[in-house]
Amino acid sequence: MTAEPSDILEQAKRWREAGRGVALATVVGTWGSSPRQPGSHLVVEQGGEFVGSVSGGCIEGAVVSEALQVIAEGRPRLLEFGVSNEQAWEVGLACGGKVQVFVEPVE
Amino acid sequence: MKRAVLERLATGRAAKQPLSLVTRLADGAQCLWDSRHRQGELSLTPQQAAEVQSLLVAGRSAPLATSGGALFARSYAAPPRLLVVGAVHVTQFLAPMAALAGFEVVVIDPRRAFASEARFPGITLITEWPDQALAQIGLDAHSAVVTLTHDPKLDDPALVAALNSPAFYIGALGNPRTHAKRVARLSERGLGELIGRIHAPVGLDLGGRSPAEIAVSVLAQVIQIRNRGATQ
Repeated sequence: MTAEPSDILEQAKRWREAGRGVALATVVGTWGSSPRQPGSHLVVEQGGEFVGSVSGGCIEGAVVSEALQVIAEGRPRLLEFGVSNEQAWEVGLACGGKVQVFVEPVE
Repeated sequence: MKRAVLERLATGRAAKQPLSLVTRLADGAQCLWDSRHRQGELSLTPQQAAEVQSLLVAGRSAPLATSGGALFARSYAAPPRLLVVGAVHVTQFLAPMAALAGFEVVVIDPRRAFASEARFPGITLITEWPDQALAQIGLDAHSAVVTLTHDPKLDDPALVAALNSPAFYIGALGNPRTHAKRVARLSERGLGELIGRIHAPVGLDLGGRSPAEIAVSVLAQVIQIRNRGATQ
C-alpha cells in the first residue's frame, strides 16, 4: 500500500545524503499475472543493499545487479522480464507474467 | 532522478501531498505534477497533464496513453486515513499495524491516561472530544473511522460525525446487544437509514479474542472495504 513508497524514497534520500551511489527501480508495465503493480519501487545502493520490491522476489536479484551498473554508468535502463524472454534474461517470472522495470540513477 | 526531484518527493510525501512523477522512459527526463503545476525539465502537453491528474486522483500509476507509452506517471496519492476513537489496548496493536499497511493513523481519546505518548510511540494522538477532533480533521472519502471505547459518551459523537461524512468505512466495537442499544440511540438522533453503514460487530470474523487478533480483524475489514467496496 502507500506508506511503503515514502519509506523507500526516504531510504534513497538517506543513502544519497551518506554519499552512497543509489539507483531507483520502478515497475512501469505489467502483463498477465504479476505480483507488484506499476509504480512499485525498489531502491538499491552501491554496496548491493536494497529496500522495496518489483516482483514477489523472482527478479530482484537481477534488477539489483542491473542497478549496480546503472549506478556505475549514470544512465537509466529499461528492463523487461518474462517467461517468454529467457534468451535475453536468465531470470524468469515463475508466475508466468511479464514485467517492465525502469532503473534510473539518483543524482 | 535529479536530487531536487527526490527532495521534493520526500517532502511532499511527508506532508501527505498528492504528487505525480512523470518520466520519459527513453532518457529518464522527469517532471513533478502537484495537481496544478509542473516542475522539472520534462514538459507535458495539456492532454498529458490532464491524464496525469486523472491518474493521480484515481491513485493509479501507468504509462500515459496520451504519450503512446513514452511517458510513465507514478502517482503518489495521499494515503488513506484511519481515525481510531479510543486509545485502548486493541488500539495499541491496531495503530502500528495500520501504519505499516500504509494508513495515516490518528488516535482520538480525551482521556489523557489512555492517549499517552508512552502507550502510542510515534502515533498521532488527539486528546479532544471525538466530535471536535473529527471536525478538526475533516472526514473525506479516504477516511475510515473505528470506535473502540465501549463508552457511548465517546463512541456516539464519533459515529454521528462519521455517519454524516463520506468516510469509506465506519466500524464500532461491541457485541450485537450493545450494537442494538447503539442503533436505538442513534435512531433517536434521526440517523435512521445511515446507521446501516456501521460495521458492527467490527472486523472480519477470524475467531480471535486477543487485542492483537481483534486488531488484525479490524484492519483486514478496513482493507477489504477499501479495495472491494461495501457490497461485501
